[in-house]
Amino acid sequence: MQIPASFDYVRAADVDNAIALLERHGPEARVIAGGHSLLPMMKLRLARPEWVIDINDLTELDFLVREGDVLRIGAMTRHTALLESAEVARLFPIVTDAERVIADPVVRNRGTIGGSLCQADPAEDLSTVCNVLAAQVIIRGAGGERVLSMPEFHQGPYETAVAQTELLCEIRFPVRPRSGSAYEKVERRVGDWAVAAAGAAVSLAENGTISHASVGLTAVGLEGTVSEAADILAGQQPSEELFAEAGRAAAAACDPMADQRGPVDYKRHLADELTRRVLRRACSRAAKTQEG
Amino acid sequence: MTTTQEHPANPAASDADRPIGFGRIQRKEDPRFVRGKGHYVDDITLPGMLHGAILRAPVAHARLVSIDATEALAHPKVLAVITGKDLQGLNLAWAPTLSADVQAVLVTDKVRFQGQEVAFVVAEDRYAARDALELIDVEYDILPPVIDARKALAPEAPVIRDDIEGRTNNHIFDWEMGDADETDAAFAAADVVVSQEIVYPRVHPAPMETCGAVADFDPIDGGLTLYETTQAPHAHRTLYAMVAGIPEHKIRVVSPDIGGGFGNKVGIYPGYVLAVVGSIVTGKPVKWVEDRSENLMSTSFARDYIMQGEIAATKDGKILALRTNVLADHGAFNATAQPTKNPAGFFSIFTGSYDLQAAHCKVTGVYTNKAPGGVAYACSFRVTEAVYLVERMVDILARNLEMDPAELRLKNFIRPEQFPYANKTGWEYDSGNYEPAMRLSMEMAGYDELRREQAEKRERGELMGIGISFFTETVGAGPRKHFDIVGLGMADGAELRIHPTGKAVVRISVQSQGQGHETTFAQIVAEELGIPPEDIDVVHGDTDQTPFGLGTYGSRSTPVSGGAVALVARKVRDKAKFIAAAMLETRPEDLEWEKGRWFVKGDPGVGKTMAEIALGAHGTVALPEGIDGNLDAEVTYDPPNLTFPFGAYICVVDVDPGTGHVKVRRFVAVDDCGTRINPMIIEGQVHGGLTDGVGMALMEIIEFDDAGNCLGGSFMDYLIPTAMEVPDWETGFTVTPSPHHPIGAKGIGESATVGSPPAIVNAVVDALAPLGVTHMDMPCTPARVWEAMQGRPRPPV
Repeated sequence: MQIPASFDYVRAADVDNAIALLERHGPEARVIAGGHSLLPMMKLRLARPEWVIDINDLTELDFLVREGDVLRIGAMTRHTALLESAEVARLFPIVTDAERVIADPVVRNRGTIGGSLCQADPAEDLSTVCNVLAAQVIIRGAGGERVLSMPEFHQGPYETAVAQTELLCEIRFPVRPRSGSAYEKVERRVGDWAVAAAGAAVSLAENGTISHASVGLTAVGLEGTVSEAADILAGQQPSEELFAEAGRAAAAACDPMADQRGPVDYKRHLADELTRRVLRRACSRAAKTQEG
Repeated sequence: MTTTQEHPANPAASDADRPIGFGRIQRKEDPRFVRGKGHYVDDITLPGMLHGAILRAPVAHARLVSIDATEALAHPKVLAVITGKDLQGLNLAWAPTLSADVQAVLVTDKVRFQGQEVAFVVAEDRYAARDALELIDVEYDILPPVIDARKALAPEAPVIRDDIEGRTNNHIFDWEMGDADETDAAFAAADVVVSQEIVYPRVHPAPMETCGAVADFDPIDGGLTLYETTQAPHAHRTLYAMVAGIPEHKIRVVSPDIGGGFGNKVGIYPGYVLAVVGSIVTGKPVKWVEDRSENLMSTSFARDYIMQGEIAATKDGKILALRTNVLADHGAFNATAQPTKNPAGFFSIFTGSYDLQAAHCKVTGVYTNKAPGGVAYACSFRVTEAVYLVERMVDILARNLEMDPAELRLKNFIRPEQFPYANKTGWEYDSGNYEPAMRLSMEMAGYDELRREQAEKRERGELMGIGISFFTETVGAGPRKHFDIVGLGMADGAELRIHPTGKAVVRISVQSQGQGHETTFAQIVAEELGIPPEDIDVVHGDTDQTPFGLGTYGSRSTPVSGGAVALVARKVRDKAKFIAAAMLETRPEDLEWEKGRWFVKGDPGVGKTMAEIALGAHGTVALPEGIDGNLDAEVTYDPPNLTFPFGAYICVVDVDPGTGHVKVRRFVAVDDCGTRINPMIIEGQVHGGLTDGVGMALMEIIEFDDAGNCLGGSFMDYLIPTAMEVPDWETGFTVTPSPHHPIGAKGIGESATVGSPPAIVNAVVDALAPLGVTHMDMPCTPARVWEAMQGRPRPPV
């Protein structure tokens, strides 16, 4: 048994209560949702919060609703709910692709999209997915609500714009017509962190050319999306040559680090290879999609 | 030699045809496990029990300057802080290992690996003990570490074991087997010689239950009760008596339910000794249970062999000779669990399943600043490394000769009429019949069809590999005259008692860590006496309740204890004959046995069942001269030879050409473990071992950085396989009974762990053959496979 340092625990009743508790208990308080990052860090004593504020009773943040051209997802939505949602699979197959390779069923039953984004681990899949889908996030504090873009929200490895006394409440994905998306990851074993992963979303014009594209990479030292790849793709007819060019751009844009999962050249190669694959799949899906 | 074979349909056990004896029955121990009612060391709570925690060294090599425990001792819940200095006062700072070395219980002079034990805190609860570790102030003087085994013998390498007087280098031993000159001559005469460096990297047994102990020293009568995670309770008790000076009759070692051993729980760890010292110092029971990181970082690892292999053959594929030089990384202390005369275990069985003219191996053991151990991790005392070496070398030779690897193996097998077969390194294989097993595996796999599919896929640039491994195991150590551990002969005892109503209890000296002893050994008695297995209780794990013996590891339970149990049952059966004769008022020689009863020859209606005889033995029947009024017996079994299970494995993999990711698509495992006692348990053992093999082949490795930091200290870093990485196992079997074992059984526990890694790696290398790849070392992670595909495979160390 790995034993954390001593801490106090409190269960928040609702969002307002959670924010009040964060204000009351000060800078050494941490919010716990699924707990799959925080608890191991506490057991290894890498995290030593004085207070753990449990937000698992905040069922008001567990929702998945489409409103017009936006899919609204509550921050407490579990991975399993995202994986099993037919609407998500239809509108944003990149999410389903990613959820299928996030850890294992036990983790997915407990872990949440909000927790994943706030942990902001560089190898975290949903950050890439949200970047690629140009998601907006809704953050609440005592002073009210803020709406941020992903680049504003995600400030670097393990860093987000959520202040100590704020709570991430919602994620919004814009629905685009004639679009498709995909995600692919290479891992040493199911449940391991990504060696590297790539996500892509494309929208097609009436004539079949790419009207909009976005490519993101996971675990290879790249924040946000690969703008060079987006530029290469925009206005072009999808083709293997085009995907290859975008793949090369993705490989050039990333900045991986060598670790037990692989050396730099391999990860760079994966950035290229996986970018091609997700573009191929995203374009094929977009071509089959009639409705937005 | 008779070999039968079958490709079973795996029927489920049904109560209606429950065998009284050998056959497929559900495990007797499982009701408590599946209900969560197993009772493990950490479930033990004694009145007034305290809790221990170990402070571990953060660095790999450092002079210990000072330890200040003042603040920790001031913690309101801390009762004691024990340091190396305290242990020196008790003459317990150093303890003998299982390999004629010593190991520090707590650091006195120098830290020799990261995670080494520095101090022991005893507190009222586990939380306080852990908190107090942070209050101990230790000053270290950091020294350069020896991490790369290849550099351990360099003249400039720092001397790790300066505690040993006169020690000026990091050399532990050189050990040779076989005839070097004869082998050189065979190589000189060969048409083809192929060489390859083959690394079997350091891996960890990683049992689900970590190691732990509850020590209960009674200051009044001087007795010690020690609940421990041990695979060898009797051997441990004797060692504690020798080391700690507590008389052996005052020590009781209890090994309750054990959550997996795989060799990890053979040795005596400092934590166990510290729990005992903690109990002596405080006068109260002390529990110590390590956490996952402690288990991975400090307890016995496995493998860590760098093997230079060479194979010689004629150009038409007759293998002539094999030789190898091995560099063995033993870590900071030589604590390998091996029989005394075998510093590299049974590695010299590296001639495998082939009839060779000559063979020679040399193993050099070195110290490094890494955790000690080098255990029999489901490896049958290094047969794993041996089989991996020979099965890789044979595959490399097949590539070189452009021969099918199955054909090359079939051409070179030891033939059935050659058994018992004396190999070139001193082993006598008791029995074997290899070709039927190989043919069966090929038939089950559809080998020819697979090769056709592979050829088509290669045309399309797809990477599909087919890997074969044919292994011969060497288990059941062993004859006392050849095998001992710290002077204790490797025999095992059994005691059998038939109660007056015909129910029975059999007490054995081996200890289950999940192997199913409570079922298997009941079935052996059932087969011999005709008493249903559910009426036979199997007692194990408690030195006060069981006869002496060396324990469960190296697949030795069935070969050794299984023999003991069969023989003790026969002893009871023989005695029952005399009692039955008295009851039937006839002569013993007029009786005949059928399973469960003695009857009068020629008059089958007149006889006595075992239950009737048991009641007679304890009743008022006038017993013959020299027959006691019971139906009990005991034996100690000293096996005449080892047993040699074997198997043919075929693995099919698909490699993603763009990412290097390996998918094990199929795995066919044909095993021959001689007589099959419970096929369901055998299949379970095989499934587990194959999964283990996938782990080692594809993902497992304990790595270190240049500073000696262990990079595999958690399950986030040390990967073990899940159901997602393994295929549906396809198992089959042949039966070639051991000619010398009382029931012809050979042991199965480690066959699959031994046999599967080469099949998987051979398959991966076969998949990459179109890219010119001839070898890559484990683990075959996507990155390492991709590097091999780029023409630059990298050894893992």
